[in-house]
Amino acid sequence: MSAMTDPPTGAAALPDDVVSIADARGAEVAGQWRLMWWKFRQHKLAMASGIVVLLLYLVAIFAEFLAPVDPNAFNPRYTYAPPQDLRMSFVDESGDRHWGLHVNGYRSEIDRETFRRTFVLDDDDRIAVGFFVRSDPYLLAGFIPASVKLVGPKEAGQPFYVLGADRLGRDMLSRVIHGARVSLSIGLVGVFLSLFLGVVLGGISGYYGGWIDTVIQRLIEFIRSIPTIPLWMGLAAAIPLTLHPLMVYLIITAIVSLVGWTDLGREVRGRFLSIKDEDFVAAARLDGASEGRIILRHMTPSFLSHIIATVTLAIPTMILAETALSFLGIGLRPPVVSWGVLLQEAQNVRSVVTAPWLMWPGAAVVIAVLSFNFLGDGLRDAADPYAT
Amino acid sequence: MSQTVSAAPNIVPMRAPVDADTVLTVRHLKTEFTLRTGVLKAVDDVSFDLRRGKTLCIVGESGSGKSVTARSILRIVPEPGKMTGGEVILHRPDGDVRIHELDPRSSAIRAIRGADISMIFQEPMSSLSPVHTIGFQIEESLILHTDLDKSARRKRIIELLERVEIPDPEQTIDRYPFEYSGGMRQRAMIAMALACNPKVLIADEPTTALDVTTQAEILDLIQELQDEFGMAVMFITHDMGVVAEIADEVAVMHQGRHVESGSVEDIFHAPREDYTKMLIGSAVRLEQPSPIKLRMQAEREKQPEGQPILSVRAMNKVFGATGTVFGRKGQGVHAVRDVSIDLMQGETLGIVGESGSGKTTLGRCLMRMHEPTSGEVLYRGRDGEVDVMSLDRRSLKDLYADMRMIFQDPYASLNPRMTVQQIIAEPLRNRQGHGNAAAIRDRVADLLVRVGLKPEHMERYPHAFSGGQRQRIGIARALAPNPKIIVADEATSALDVSLRSQILDLLLEFQEQLDLSFIFISHDISTVRYFCDRVAVMYRGEIVELGAARAVCDTPSHAYTKALLSAVPRPDPTQRGIHKRHRYVASASDERASQ
Amino acid sequence: MLQYIVRRILLMIPTLLLISFVTFVVVQLPPGDYLNAYVAALTQEGGETVDREQIEMLRQRYGLDEPFLVQYWYWISNIVFEGDFGRSFQWNQPVSDLLWGRIGLTFAVSLASLLFVYVVAFPIGVYSAIRKYSLGDYVFTFLGFIGLAVPNFLLALVLMVVSLQVFGVTPGGLFSPDYASAPWSWGKFVDFLAHLWVPMIIIGTASTAALIRVMRANLLDELNKPYVETARAKGQSEAVLIMRYPVRIALNPFVSRLGWELPALVSGAAITSIVLNLPTAGPVLLTALQSQDMYLAGSFILILSTLTVIGTLVSDILLAWLDPRIRYS
Repeated sequence: MSAMTDPPTGAAALPDDVVSIADARGAEVAGQWRLMWWKFRQHKLAMASGIVVLLLYLVAIFAEFLAPVDPNAFNPRYTYAPPQDLRMSFVDESGDRHWGLHVNGYRSEIDRETFRRTFVLDDDDRIAVGFFVRSDPYLLAGFIPASVKLVGPKEAGQPFYVLGADRLGRDMLSRVIHGARVSLSIGLVGVFLSLFLGVVLGGISGYYGGWIDTVIQRLIEFIRSIPTIPLWMGLAAAIPLTLHPLMVYLIITAIVSLVGWTDLGREVRGRFLSIKDEDFVAAARLDGASEGRIILRHMTPSFLSHIIATVTLAIPTMILAETALSFLGIGLRPPVVSWGVLLQEAQNVRSVVTAPWLMWPGAAVVIAVLSFNFLGDGLRDAADPYAT
Repeated sequence: MSQTVSAAPNIVPMRAPVDADTVLTVRHLKTEFTLRTGVLKAVDDVSFDLRRGKTLCIVGESGSGKSVTARSILRIVPEPGKMTGGEVILHRPDGDVRIHELDPRSSAIRAIRGADISMIFQEPMSSLSPVHTIGFQIEESLILHTDLDKSARRKRIIELLERVEIPDPEQTIDRYPFEYSGGMRQRAMIAMALACNPKVLIADEPTTALDVTTQAEILDLIQELQDEFGMAVMFITHDMGVVAEIADEVAVMHQGRHVESGSVEDIFHAPREDYTKMLIGSAVRLEQPSPIKLRMQAEREKQPEGQPILSVRAMNKVFGATGTVFGRKGQGVHAVRDVSIDLMQGETLGIVGESGSGKTTLGRCLMRMHEPTSGEVLYRGRDGEVDVMSLDRRSLKDLYADMRMIFQDPYASLNPRMTVQQIIAEPLRNRQGHGNAAAIRDRVADLLVRVGLKPEHMERYPHAFSGGQRQRIGIARALAPNPKIIVADEATSALDVSLRSQILDLLLEFQEQLDLSFIFISHDISTVRYFCDRVAVMYRGEIVELGAARAVCDTPSHAYTKALLSAVPRPDPTQRGIHKRHRYVASASDERASQ
Repeated sequence: MLQYIVRRILLMIPTLLLISFVTFVVVQLPPGDYLNAYVAALTQEGGETVDREQIEMLRQRYGLDEPFLVQYWYWISNIVFEGDFGRSFQWNQPVSDLLWGRIGLTFAVSLASLLFVYVVAFPIGVYSAIRKYSLGDYVFTFLGFIGLAVPNFLLALVLMVVSLQVFGVTPGGLFSPDYASAPWSWGKFVDFLAHLWVPMIIIGTASTAALIRVMRANLLDELNKPYVETARAKGQSEAVLIMRYPVRIALNPFVSRLGWELPALVSGAAITSIVLNLPTAGPVLLTALQSQDMYLAGSFILILSTLTVIGTLVSDILLAWLDPRIRYS
């Protein structure tokens, strides 16, 4: 029977974000998504991260176009070739004077003491680099025939290792770009699988309550209480080595989501329970709305934004899980290219010391995870534009 | 009791004009909040004096700045608020302390807080730490402001708890707040505030969250303690009844500004400012049945009494009887016990009771929002009699077009994610025979006009409206499918008093025009008196008295109703009397058992 | 309180049963049974003739010809009643001989990380909440995000590389070579502590970052609660009242996270110790899994999970001790 008078902290005199929203032009007629957008926009870091995430997915989609060469094309001549600098120069080819890009070629030197071959960039050897260079035909995103690469040596076959080369002389840049496809998609697919499990089980739990709720809650507690990596390792190790890479990919995704859905399940259940008892839901029932309409039209909009935020925050967990398993050699395996698989190359500390550029996939992981975290954080803050 | 208050550094010589009884002087107080959207003047030029043994009531509606005024005196205004002008002077026997000059974090002001001036708050539950015992939280004041040793402090706390009538203080001292009832928590807060014999007690809506009978007890207690210790009380409230009951002087605030002040008699019987007149008028208006109601009653008496439109027989609702989750004794909570009522066509039946009396559950059971454990509900609608309890989901939909509900909280009951049009059109959309989209739109526009809003508000979202406007939207939604019966659950409780009578009048107009029947659930006797034809009084799930509104409100027969009514403060300082109220002791009235 | 503890312990039993069952499923997942792998391993090692009698004895002991549930029963009853976790063919030793030392070190490392996490996260979280939007808050928030984003094996790798390049040594291991196989002594313990800090920090970083955010968010909520104002109105000083009330109450969710952080840390310890090559459970578990030495792998998973569940129980009891509302309900 709490009469709504001055809230106790004198907060009545403290109109916060609600007022700033209501003051904005057109706020009376702004729906939740517009209000959320206004709130999200104020979160600069989240905005920037959103753009990074978008770019990452574009890279994953157009990997074949963006990668200078095939990620599995090897060239023993350039084992552990160091990264080349992309330079701007004034080229003079047959009297034609114009500005252009180039990288330097390699000159190999044998160390007199250790007799190991090391690469030195040769300042005199200029390899002209161009945009939209021709290449062998390939299928863009798996189905669009194309034969142009965004960037590459103008003369095919010239060494072009902007991020260096690995043990087999494969181009790190191309490998990181292709790795994005697997690593980022495993995040998405895994999250959708988790979301499915989370929404179904969390929804059932919240909607029906009673013993079903108890059982599902116990299950969630159980899954949460066991250390995930040993369990993942156990499950992943059981995948037969002979399986098709695509199947391995799917199984790994399933394993990761089997553990990862619990957070989403709890979130869905919690939101469901709190919204189920809201007056406006009772009002909808009295307005004669069917159960389906109540859930879809009246309740879902209230927690959809929260779910989106939670999902965004769950993606990095999935990416990290895949990376960890593949890194240990019990997740995805070559010839599949994922960031985790690439990091396997970096497992040996000594090879990292000689070729630090093997850590680039790690940087990609960190950037992706960081962006998702910032983005998810901004989304979560904006998820309830009506909160005071 | 020995007190060692560290000497404040800026003690100034006594000023002559202040009379000897004045303990605190506030002059031209200004407190501002710097927000992104600009500077909000929460308190703008407020002046008053607090006198020994006297009570000053600061009265105002939400947003009037009364709570910020209280916090300014103690210099505990929350961020980003700042006291920007004026004087607050505490007059102590050893000289004046110019509080406005003190640093809000200084030890000088801290020595005053809780010792010279102490404060109690609105929400006794959240104002106490949930993880510390009551005893410890009181002891903290004693540690800070006295040099009593541990055993002396404990003795003093038990004394204090005894003084505020907390049973069994030797045991309860070591209990946690969640083991106390609402009233007991507020008593404990008062004990804490009085621990160091303050000169000034600031009470910020201390009874708003409590039931009327509990409120009366707390008001009594404060009065007694004031008589005993002679402290000045600054009592903040929005309730004109409470003001009339306890105030010696009154200061009226509105939107941060000091409207007027004067003795309680002057304010109630000769208010100067329009705002004060409006405030008093709204409160006094609700002391009488509404003129519209009287006219309608006269009209109705000419007609023969028909059959009731709604009959409830032997309804029971037991929560948690099946599982062992709720009821600790495995029996569950008997929320509604054997209730039978009739509602006539065009009649308003009030259901009053305190929290936990089962009135809201009863309302929800009528609508089958809760499934009653047993009982019968018969609705005589357009197409003959309907046995509400036997309806399946689909036919319940048809019933819901005839029986509508208005909710208490205008914020929670409107979906913030839907436009006003979508909200009001929802009951139309879900039923056949209301035409196409254009027809629904026209109907929504018409409804908006009828509840006093504009058709162009249709595209807006609820956040663009104030509390009163939102409640109007809720009413439009209830009226949309041309209902016969409306169950209004505390429909005006969340609103300021000036809005309350407006909304009630609006409902009365509709009742007259549309021949509506209302079930009006309320804890507020005055709105029931204003609005209802008949009243049922509920206590612990049972109806203890049922009769004509006037008869029940003016000459109650059941002991509980007498107690309830006599605990209600009237907005007339010449009719003080809650301390002479009837007290009702139920057979097994352990306050905690009813929680 | 006692009633609460008893109830929690009873609730733990089905969880432990479920863990053992899931573990057994994992043990059984690879195609073929244990003895096939065992025989294969023996033959591979050098054409050693396989002792048929021994095989038959093992087959009976583990009930390998029986249905799945019976096998489970043999397995779990051998563990519970006889402490027999089976044999590792890879090491050709009983699993229990390999298990306890490594499990002990795993938990020593995990608990050290837990301690590190809480000791670091608490003051920083409190600071970040009280000085909201200060420079320090921004710095810690940013570092926290980085800490969350860098997987701990990557952090371990970077640390190894940097150390190798700067100092010319890898900081792997938990002991100096002198102590590696020596029995426990005071000297070995001190040596252990000296080596402990590297894995401790690596394993703890992500959890520390997460907990700083938990503490900050909780405390920010609590700082605006009315009881804080009550304490202020009593005349208590800011420093004391913040520590006594909001921090004290924000501590509850912070402590209740213990039950979640422990599994995460044990997880982290497993993978980090593989990179750092620590003598803990991680590397052995990995090789066991790779060579499908399933009794060994299963035992590790079982014991790690069981101990984690017990850790969670301890954290729940701690929480109940902290929060009277849990204790009394």
